[in-house]
Amino acid sequence: MNNFSINNLRELEAEAIHIIREVASEFEKPVMLYSIGKDSSVMVRLAEKAFAPGKVPFPLMHIDSKWKFREMIEFRDTYTKEKGWDLIVEHNVEGYQAGIGPFTHGSKVHTDVMKTQALLKALDKHRFDAAFGGARRDEEKSRAKERIFSFRDRFHQWDPKNQRPELWSTYNTRVNKGESIRVFPISNWTELDIWQYIRLENIPIVPLYYAKKRPIVEIDGNLILVDDDRMPKEMSEKATMRMVRFRTLGCYPLTGAIESEADTIEKIVEEMMTVSKSERTTRVIDFDQEGSMEQKKREGYF
Amino acid sequence: MKETPLDIKSFLDQDQKKDLLRLLTAGSVDDGKSTLIGRLLFDSKKIYEDQLTALERDSKRIGHAGDKIDYALLLDGLKAEREQGITIDVAYRYFSTNKRKFIIADTPGHEQYTRNMVTGASTANLAIILIDAGKGVITQTKRHTFLVSLLGIKHIVLAVNKMDLVGYDEKVFNKICSDYKNFTTSLSIPDIEFIPLSALNGDNVVETSRAMPWYKGKSLLEHIETVPVTTDRNFNDFRLPVQLVLRPTLDFRGFSGKIESGVIRKGDTVMTLPSRKTSVVTEIIGTEGTVEYAFPPQSVTITLADEIDISRGEMIVKPDNQPQIERQFEAMLVWMDEKPMDPFTQFFIKHGTNTTRAHINQIKYRIDVNTLEQHPCPAFTLNEIGRVVVTTNKPLFFDPYRKNHGTGSFILIDPITNNTSAVGMIIEKLNPSNADLQATDSEIRHLVNSGKSLITSEELQKRYHQKACSLWITGLHGSGKNILAYTLEKQLFEQGAVVVLLDGSTTRNGLSCELDYSPADRAEHLRRVAHICRILNDQGIITICSFISPYEQMRKQVKEIIGAERFVLIHMDASLDYCRNNQSELYERAEQGQLFNLPGVDEPFEKPQHADLILNPEETKQNIEKVSDYLAARSFFPY
Repeated sequence: MNNFSINNLRELEAEAIHIIREVASEFEKPVMLYSIGKDSSVMVRLAEKAFAPGKVPFPLMHIDSKWKFREMIEFRDTYTKEKGWDLIVEHNVEGYQAGIGPFTHGSKVHTDVMKTQALLKALDKHRFDAAFGGARRDEEKSRAKERIFSFRDRFHQWDPKNQRPELWSTYNTRVNKGESIRVFPISNWTELDIWQYIRLENIPIVPLYYAKKRPIVEIDGNLILVDDDRMPKEMSEKATMRMVRFRTLGCYPLTGAIESEADTIEKIVEEMMTVSKSERTTRVIDFDQEGSMEQKKREGYF
Repeated sequence: MKETPLDIKSFLDQDQKKDLLRLLTAGSVDDGKSTLIGRLLFDSKKIYEDQLTALERDSKRIGHAGDKIDYALLLDGLKAEREQGITIDVAYRYFSTNKRKFIIADTPGHEQYTRNMVTGASTANLAIILIDAGKGVITQTKRHTFLVSLLGIKHIVLAVNKMDLVGYDEKVFNKICSDYKNFTTSLSIPDIEFIPLSALNGDNVVETSRAMPWYKGKSLLEHIETVPVTTDRNFNDFRLPVQLVLRPTLDFRGFSGKIESGVIRKGDTVMTLPSRKTSVVTEIIGTEGTVEYAFPPQSVTITLADEIDISRGEMIVKPDNQPQIERQFEAMLVWMDEKPMDPFTQFFIKHGTNTTRAHINQIKYRIDVNTLEQHPCPAFTLNEIGRVVVTTNKPLFFDPYRKNHGTGSFILIDPITNNTSAVGMIIEKLNPSNADLQATDSEIRHLVNSGKSLITSEELQKRYHQKACSLWITGLHGSGKNILAYTLEKQLFEQGAVVVLLDGSTTRNGLSCELDYSPADRAEHLRRVAHICRILNDQGIITICSFISPYEQMRKQVKEIIGAERFVLIHMDASLDYCRNNQSELYERAEQGQLFNLPGVDEPFEKPQHADLILNPEETKQNIEKVSDYLAARSFFPY
């Protein structure tokens, strides 16, 4: 007997691969944004599968805010070498020279200059006409309404009121010069799907996702890791070793850890199912202002 | 301590095996749609704690549910919409139970947002249509049901909500069911389920309710957890639109794409469109490596035994099960653009992986989504739906949408704004009775001015059941060319072919009466005949030409004029003795010098180097068969 049924993960996988191949075929210069996080790792694996036994025909790009966890950068460099990825690393040179950082300028300025502006400059510099992002619709409310192929004007702006209709799996990929599309191949994946897939496919992830004793200070209710000596002394002095892990990864001063004993994927999922706090609560930037993610997205942030 | 990881492992193993159901919810805010979805998410215990905290905070400030939790706020994503208290776009929600994973496309019910509902419905397996028990089947219900049936959703749940407000009365529920059944008989929806519920109180949402003991069916959640949807997929008609060609090394050439329908196995014979070349599948690469077979909706890469040139936009099918290959078809079109339709626009049409230009020849009617009445319509505006005739620049490989959503759907893109102007579902290829409507006025003018027929070669081929060609019979005088030509003409005519015969006697007396038999005049004569063949072939007619045409150069010129692909060279290969026997008087006169320019005597006869058929004049009967077989093999006739 042949079995023609497909489980949910393989169906999502097939959908994502179709999307990735569609971009590779229809755009002149696509790029895959690689954030080093677990969702990015899944997305890169999907891209590898889409073109197997060939190589991924577009580069990956990491926007380095210069405040990422050190373990993230180590992980990035190790796997880029091991897998032979074509990786571009960009940062906002002016912002970096001006010494912009979350401790001195606050999360809002830092995120805008070192993440959003850095991304936009890099996209302009390389003239990419399509950029893959690893965002998922279940992460945040404004993302639930975003298309898989999300149109951006010449200024990289998203207009939530004026999105292109998206039917079946027929994606409108037409853009004029200077305009671009952000593409979200894992739009329909949930956090649990991501963990399941990492488990199923043995995808390497940054060790920060697993619980370990780490030097932690509590800042405004967030558990912040003391990752380097750029943290003001009066803060880092208060650090204590706590058993923590990270649900999402970003800039270390803006990403809160959670107390956890989960040091395997299974334990992480179990914790996720019972503790039930949605992912982005550990991201400081989301709480800047009412509807802040939507605001950032309009401005060009992923 | 060791038990915990084991438990979670078996949970994960189980979870991984679940299938996925995509569902659409249709109804207005007033019907309690958002409340119902919120309830499904809440009761299936997948709403995260902190989302709930935020919800409680927001409910107090802008909620519409008084002191109770306003579940609707969970769903209204965007800021502006939240302030208006309505959802204005499609929002996708995710939840899972022990049996299944679900993706909900939540779309608004207002008339002006037909666009969004159509979008949500395009990927859904099942639709939940909400009715307010106090209001019954209203115009909006009909509109939603029509759209759901238009998009080909096979399963409908009619959720009769707010049963608490009608005292959980069975009679009210039954009346609504029978009203709805009456309305849906014309819409061919295979599976409709009726469930009475109260989203606000949770009756029959997750658990069956004690408030309605008369209801013996499943709760909404139980129903959507168990309704079988795998069998909705088309496993019969293999269609692989080629998305991209993988050539990582010189010896690997793979064709990648998403299987829209049908099953493909290693060793299967496949055909590529439009080239119609066949080959055998040597390898199927799925996402977990090489597999023996693949089926929809998998994304695969296949390799073939033969080197066939295939590119994106083409399609791999099976030779015994082909889609329609047409430039014209009828479709239901939904106008999605704020900008009204301009009937003169040359849109881009994206159909699967194939993009070409298209225009709308004719609007047959606009359909009123509230009454389902048909109205004449000059051009569509936003949210209007109607039946149209579409013509594309290149042929598309399609199936009717009702048989195949993947190969039966398309989008039209505005060439200036790049917006998705409209989306369409193909009904059928164009009915032949509409042949006069195939071209627009400007197209006709253009064709006529450039001397091109308004009848396409495809149409001619279909009418005559033949693909035009010229059978050019060469050979010495007396070799039996005319016997072959005349008997062949008779036989093809009897079989229904449309044939014209040209030979010396029909052309030399009038058309070329001033020409003699010198090589120069002979060449001119043949040039004229070749042009006649070309004109006839252009009009779909097969020609049979019987001419000595003794020089290779002459035959080459003829071939160029007629066109290599429809020129068939037949050599009646007779010896000079055989010919002399047949036409002794003529040969004797030539040999005695009373007659000049007879090939084989005072002129050479160059035997053709590349004849398509070489025939022996003594085998008249077999010769007819050989020619017939040749015509059939190349699909010239019958076509």
